Amino acid sequence: MTDNEQPVGPFAIRQSDKRARLLGRLQALTLHHYTHCTPYARMLETLHGNWREASTLEAMPWLPVGIFKHLRLASVPDEEIIRELRSSGTSGSLQSRVLLDRETAAAQTKALARIVSDVLGRARRPMLVVDRIDLLRSGEALSARGAAVLGFGNFGRHHTYALAPDLALDLDAVKAFLARFSDEPVLVFGFTFVVWRDLVQALRARGERLAFPSGSLLLHGGGWKRLADQRVDNTQFKNAVADALGIQQVHNYYGMAEQVGSIFIECEAGRLHTPDYAEVIVRDPITLSPMPMGETGVIQLLSELPRSYPGHSLLTEDIGAVLGEDDCPCGRMGRTLRVDGRLPRAELRGCSDTRPA
Amino acid sequence: MSKLEQLRQTFSDALAIPPDQVMDDLRFNSIPQWDSVAHMALVAAIESAFDIMLDTDDVIDMSSFAKAQEIVRKYNVAL
Repeated sequence: MTDNEQPVGPFAIRQSDKRARLLGRLQALTLHHYTHCTPYARMLETLHGNWREASTLEAMPWLPVGIFKHLRLASVPDEEIIRELRSSGTSGSLQSRVLLDRETAAAQTKALARIVSDVLGRARRPMLVVDRIDLLRSGEALSARGAAVLGFGNFGRHHTYALAPDLALDLDAVKAFLARFSDEPVLVFGFTFVVWRDLVQALRARGERLAFPSGSLLLHGGGWKRLADQRVDNTQFKNAVADALGIQQVHNYYGMAEQVGSIFIECEAGRLHTPDYAEVIVRDPITLSPMPMGETGVIQLLSELPRSYPGHSLLTEDIGAVLGEDDCPCGRMGRTLRVDGRLPRAELRGCSDTRPA
Repeated sequence: MSKLEQLRQTFSDALAIPPDQVMDDLRFNSIPQWDSVAHMALVAAIESAFDIMLDTDDVIDMSSFAKAQEIVRKYNVAL
């Protein structure tokens, strides 16, 4: 919370300007992490020996996102770490550990605020959190869900939780919330699968339909894998939300604990937007070469925010495609993305059995 | 109690720390009691105490007790 430079975007920079701007910032981050994180430096030398020569975003070194489950990676002294995020979002049972200092945490918070304000506006709204009321406990390492609720909590007031500790729908609490804020648009926030199972389906099972105030907005993220298993897609999700809650404005977001802040938010035209702080590259799952626009492959995410840990360039375990550049009907600049889901049972390993393109 | 002392007491109550620890240079995330979870409760307490409604940007910018005074003044509270 120290920089006084003019806020960027969050979707204002044209693709050509953005690439040049990001390249300089990301190269500086690579050097910073190389200098301050010994295990990262060793991996760079082993996996990306020519990293110093990278002159395009595509040539920049990356780490497989799963590395944070195996190594504790920090680029700042331990005494500067103020928060540790834990996530089991990627495949397998191990949890990722993401270490944040004050500067990185603040940069994440600000970036998230700019991105979400772009669809939500600046005024905070009464907020219904579709999660367990006991999700946030001071002192413990934050779960990815807890961190998300905290980050998005800045856009709300009178935070009300829709679920009991056992994830049962607390219909009385939801109805009391609706009665109290019946004449102003509210914000509903939750993980995609939790919203689906514990709110939308739970209401259906009880034969209940709710009428949220006109202009209310549902923001949800966390992935479609469990919904895809039930053959529920984004359109069906939106229709079911409109039916059960009376909410027409529904925005998905794509993001991960390893790159908090620079999220990809779904616009009115239904596309996920790359913010000015980030870039997306899609790679061939076998050769790992960058793929042309429109083709489906493994998603690599670049973000200028991670400074306390070497997470500025990560090959994810998700598949998807870049849909366009600077050409979305909604008017936002940069690349748009479609995310199709998780790589089937694969965990890309950067230690010995893959090589960068 | 002056409005400034009222703000100090609000911090003290919301963060569960003694009022004399609430100095201008008290910073967000510098003590365990003022973490992100407590910050939400603190914002709610300030809004309630002064009957104001902070914007998202102000919630995020409220990174110290000094900054909190500056922000609360923006909402026409004479500290």
